[in-house]
Amino acid sequence: MLYFQKWKIALVALCVAAGALFSVPNLLGPQQRESLPGWMQPLSLGLDLQGGSHLLLELDTAGLIKDKLEGVLDVARGAMRTGKMRYTGLSVQQEAVVATILGGETEYAQARSALRNAIPNADVEIDDQGKIRISYGEKARREMMEGALSTTLEIVRKRIDELGTREPSIQRQGNNRIVVQLPGVSDPKRAREVIGKTARMTFHLLDMETSVEDAMKGRVPPGSMLLEGLDTGPQGQKRYYVVRKKVEVAGEHLVDAQPTFDQGAPVVSFRFDALGGRLFGKVTQDNVGRSLAIVLDNKVVSAPNIRGPIMQGSGVITGGFSTQGANDLALVLRSGALPTSITFLEERSVGPSLGADSIRAGMVASLVGLCLVVGFMLFAYGLLGLFADIALLINMMLLVGCLSAIGATLTLPGIAGIVLTMGMAVDANVLIFERMREEASLGRSVLSSIEAGFSRAFATIFDANITTLAAAALLYQFGSGPVRGFAVTLSLGILTSMFTAVMVTRLQVYLWARRRRPSALPLPV
Amino acid sequence: MYRGMKFIPEGTKVDFVGKRLVALGLSVLVIVGSLILLPLHGLNFGIDFAGGIQMEVRSAEPVHLGELRTKLNDLGVGEIGLQGIGDSGREVMIRIPAFDDEATQNAALKQVREALGPAFEDRRTEVVGPKVGEELVRDGILAVTLAILAIGAYLWLRFEWQYGVGGMLTLLHDVTATMGLFSLSGMEFSLTSVAAVLTIAGYSINDTVVVYDRVRENLRKYKKMPLPELMNLSINEMLSRTILTSGTTVLSVLAIAIFGGDVLRGFALALIWGVVVGTYSSIYISLPVLIYFHLRNTDALAELDATPGKARP
Repeated sequence: MLYFQKWKIALVALCVAAGALFSVPNLLGPQQRESLPGWMQPLSLGLDLQGGSHLLLELDTAGLIKDKLEGVLDVARGAMRTGKMRYTGLSVQQEAVVATILGGETEYAQARSALRNAIPNADVEIDDQGKIRISYGEKARREMMEGALSTTLEIVRKRIDELGTREPSIQRQGNNRIVVQLPGVSDPKRAREVIGKTARMTFHLLDMETSVEDAMKGRVPPGSMLLEGLDTGPQGQKRYYVVRKKVEVAGEHLVDAQPTFDQGAPVVSFRFDALGGRLFGKVTQDNVGRSLAIVLDNKVVSAPNIRGPIMQGSGVITGGFSTQGANDLALVLRSGALPTSITFLEERSVGPSLGADSIRAGMVASLVGLCLVVGFMLFAYGLLGLFADIALLINMMLLVGCLSAIGATLTLPGIAGIVLTMGMAVDANVLIFERMREEASLGRSVLSSIEAGFSRAFATIFDANITTLAAAALLYQFGSGPVRGFAVTLSLGILTSMFTAVMVTRLQVYLWARRRRPSALPLPV
Repeated sequence: MYRGMKFIPEGTKVDFVGKRLVALGLSVLVIVGSLILLPLHGLNFGIDFAGGIQMEVRSAEPVHLGELRTKLNDLGVGEIGLQGIGDSGREVMIRIPAFDDEATQNAALKQVREALGPAFEDRRTEVVGPKVGEELVRDGILAVTLAILAIGAYLWLRFEWQYGVGGMLTLLHDVTATMGLFSLSGMEFSLTSVAAVLTIAGYSINDTVVVYDRVRENLRKYKKMPLPELMNLSINEMLSRTILTSGTTVLSVLAIAIFGGDVLRGFALALIWGVVVGTYSSIYISLPVLIYFHLRNTDALAELDATPGKARP
């Protein structure tokens, strides 16, 4: 006997009501949406639909380790000097700092303990020839990368916030990547420039004894280096500076940087913390008359003359900036330096007009798909087809409701997933109806064929859908961006369609059969 | 009251299994063809996999492609491909092949943007570095392989191992044939295409499981029926459902192909092919495999030959 428990009817009604509630925000205008509670929000549109930019950036982890080892090299040199040890060949080689200690066993042991104390977290090995090797193990490297990634995330977030982008999304991906999504930004040029700057600023004294010409010929003294200038000459030719290697004041002492104007030209004013201010005061006091080079990411921004001691811990960077150039430099200096340089691996941006076209195309495809499937089911199954169609409409509502409730993002492939769900969702009903027909032809009564149709088809529907779900789940796991949106809609669509095809259709057929007491199945014979 | 329409008359007795050798021949042809074509002709990898720059721009004025081509090629940033898209004559697709590293690529994009100037509106820009493409190829292959294994494992658990093997072979067949189609047609193979391949796998296995389910049921019901006959019965019983479901799926996919826009067209066309291949394979690949792998502890091949009225190999 066709039977429906009361609690099941209540469950179906409850689910449908919840689906309706969660899908309603998608039908409202922007003003009405404002007044809705936070848990009741419409689907958010992916960048391919609303327009915007997607940037994938990668941290230069090899560079990070190399920088770290350069630092270790300095510490090692200092430690060995303090310990009055003799050594040769101190250098960075193949992800390790190496040197050869001169002397015997006693000196080796002494060097090892001194270096171990000076450089925690690193592995210090020394062989019986006195060859020393300082490197970082797997765990220490991972921690370094982890730290660099979280610092970079924070800095990128700060910089983007300062650009004033609406609802940006900045997320880590894997061990060394960051995905930045900027809705509404169709040319991410400025964002790239601002995000991409490492912004490592240092102050060095200019090497007045070596001329640029000599240095260009390769005669650079060991304590100096030849650097390119940031700005170019009037004919676009590059400028070069010979700069002392020693860092007088490092950028991490900066506490503030602001764009301002100096004699009508855009400049960046900066302020040091207490220690930075003292260092800056000392270097300016001792070197009046010399030039102090301001180096940003290995390029000389400017090299002004020190006219007198600057003791208040602040100063101004001039460098022929444009107003935006000064703004951006101040911005990146304020946000701090990235721990290592970053590369843009991928950039995808969609203009608002294409996004709007895609939404329109998606809507038309959905409506046409829906009409075709609904019409086909009516044509193939008559009254039962109508029940299946009602279930399909409820299915669509539930799907949109679920997607909205979990805060999913709708992409163009996601819309394709919804349309495809329409076509595949009715499969469950087809299976059930065909089964009813078979059961009836075996001589069962109407009601018992209906009951058998539902119960026997269920196992088939379940197995068939679980396997499809497996494919969709893997697509989600390995897909990226918009394709993930497709996997989400397809998977949820499979789940909601199992519910509606079985429960909602069943309820309708049950209500109809109880009222009409049919003498034959409403199917073609 | 309208009771609907019957597409397939009841009690059809088409001898599908008897024609398995013809089908097998066809499948072997398609598979071998695909396997030869793939390394030889390759796939037309889209920017997702090959890397490079792809821009879609729109101008307020109709665009003279020749002039624009000269202008952009004068930049010397690589072999720039131009193609008018849409019907307006104002939209152009610009493609620049991949560079060796990300930095040069980004510099090239900057140059192209500057050369285009403000007369063009950026509709879509995609810049993919060479590194990402390689990873996506790896992920795509991994996803498809895992999907096939997971589905095989599920069928093994829910049914028996023969069904698992049958399901996996069916999927391999469909995936290979689909890749072959991509190679033969020169249709762009992008991330969406990977999604299409996995969706086809999902659809095909759905179809296969429905038929397998019926085979299992009939095996319990008709304990004495020879296997080939039983398979034929199962397919015929499910024929109406197979046709109807393929029908609704093709209808919805057609809607995407026609109205869904350029981005989804290739995806939808691949899916139409997938419905055809998936339906075919669930009949002609999944079932014969069960016979060859000795489902039910009898000599099924002997039964096959002993079945009266069946074409012998």
